[in-house]
Amino acid sequence: MAPLTRSQRARAFRGAQYALLGAALAVVVLLADWERLRQAFFDVEVAKAQFPDILTTALVNTVLYTLLGFGFGLVLGLALALMRLSSVPPYRWLAVTYIEFFRGVPALLVFIALGFGVPLAFEVALDKYATVMLALGLVGAAYMAETIRAGIRAVPKGQMEAARSLGMSHGRAMVSVIIPQAFRIVLPPLTNELILLTKDSSLVYLLGLSLGQYELANFGRDALNEHKSLTPILIAGLLYLMITLPLGHLVRRLESRTAKAS
Amino acid sequence: MSTGTQIEVRGLHKAFGDLEVLRGIDVTVARGEVVCVIGPSGSGKSTLLRCVNLLEEPTSGTVTVAGTEVTDPDVDIDRVRRRIGMVFQSFNLFPHLTVLANLTLAQRRVLRRDRREAAEVARANLERVGLAEKAEAYPAQLSGGQQQRVAIARALSMDPDLMLFDEPTSALDPELVGDVLAVMRSLAQEGMTMLVVTHEMSFAREVADRVVFMDGGVIVEEGPAQRVVGDPQHERTRTFLARVLDPAAAPEPVLGPTPTPVPGDVGKQGQR
Repeated sequence: MAPLTRSQRARAFRGAQYALLGAALAVVVLLADWERLRQAFFDVEVAKAQFPDILTTALVNTVLYTLLGFGFGLVLGLALALMRLSSVPPYRWLAVTYIEFFRGVPALLVFIALGFGVPLAFEVALDKYATVMLALGLVGAAYMAETIRAGIRAVPKGQMEAARSLGMSHGRAMVSVIIPQAFRIVLPPLTNELILLTKDSSLVYLLGLSLGQYELANFGRDALNEHKSLTPILIAGLLYLMITLPLGHLVRRLESRTAKAS
Repeated sequence: MSTGTQIEVRGLHKAFGDLEVLRGIDVTVARGEVVCVIGPSGSGKSTLLRCVNLLEEPTSGTVTVAGTEVTDPDVDIDRVRRRIGMVFQSFNLFPHLTVLANLTLAQRRVLRRDRREAAEVARANLERVGLAEKAEAYPAQLSGGQQQRVAIARALSMDPDLMLFDEPTSALDPELVGDVLAVMRSLAQEGMTMLVVTHEMSFAREVADRVVFMDGGVIVEEGPAQRVVGDPQHERTRTFLARVLDPAAAPEPVLGPTPTPVPGDVGKQGQR
């Protein structure tokens, strides 16, 4: 048999990959219990029962918790980023310690600490929304601080020099010249952080919420217990995707815009 | 005409670590005088300029601008810098702001001018550099030459007593240099005090009152522009000027055979 040419070899290899894929699909189709799966994931009656509460309560709460955490985290993250860049060493140490700590421990632990530890240890009752905002924000801030710091460092040195030679103080130059440019640079990674926080907001279920405070994950879990069906979980998952996929798309658009501008 | 001293540099030393960039510089610039600093790259010209408004902290020596010693540790440096306009090689316009906002930002935040007055001053200065119609544009929409003229207008909007130019045309395409030099020339004619680091010898000869030649962190020669550029006394000045004025005629180190480009390298460049 004549040796294969390079293009023949490539074609044969590709053909083999398709054949493998087809075989795997055939096995799945033949072996799966489709009726059972349909009942578990696509029970129309159960699906109908979820609406409209899954939108008006759960989805709204997920968005609300996420935005609360993101807003608080952004402010704290900016403060930490500035501390990290401070010329006063203790500020830098504080910021580094904070960032390393909250990036290194599970978000779950922070939720437990704030939800149960703080009320028990200090005998205070924290409002649920405040707890969520603090817990998500404290964790998010650690990541955002590093992102924002990188953004500030990425602004060319000449920008600060130009601002200072016009007589602006260091602080004024940061506020009017450096930080606005840094935020443009970090917009894509910050949007990524928003996606991560959207998913992390599901940790709220730990806190023992009342019905009106349910967010998507908690709502789905509750409905799962009630109906013995995975359908609510699937719907909750799809609703998360409704938030995260457009945001992911936005990140890619922002990134290509940044790439073009520079 | 007043003959007060605007810039006085005495015994200026600047070291970056072990590297001594300035090794005892004395320069004075009188009010209304235009002084060009020339010299090979690495001679410390830009560092000298940047020490005048304290973008670089001198290691020792004093710098006095319009009667205020800027090297005094107690000086309010932001206040002094308001009176010193600075133009950079890389323009350093604020890319997130329109041209007009670039010109009004410091007027409003530093000089506390109200919005209307700041805009008026800005437009007058844009007119001065011939870019009145670009007020609403963003820096990225302008050519390099236009950006540099906006940068000059931005510095002028602060009504400075003197202007520092740090190789203002070195980053420009050759055909854009003329417009920037024309603006600087008219500034000089209006009596602005200017300290200019430049490689534009014709500009130095025609516009400067005095030329300072620096090499290796010291001033080798200084004097009237016509004399330093036209009839340099010092050997190092002569060598430098010969190279700058006619680069093709400069004595070349003897090279081996010209390396032929490797096809693979060309391909790599194309992929980037």
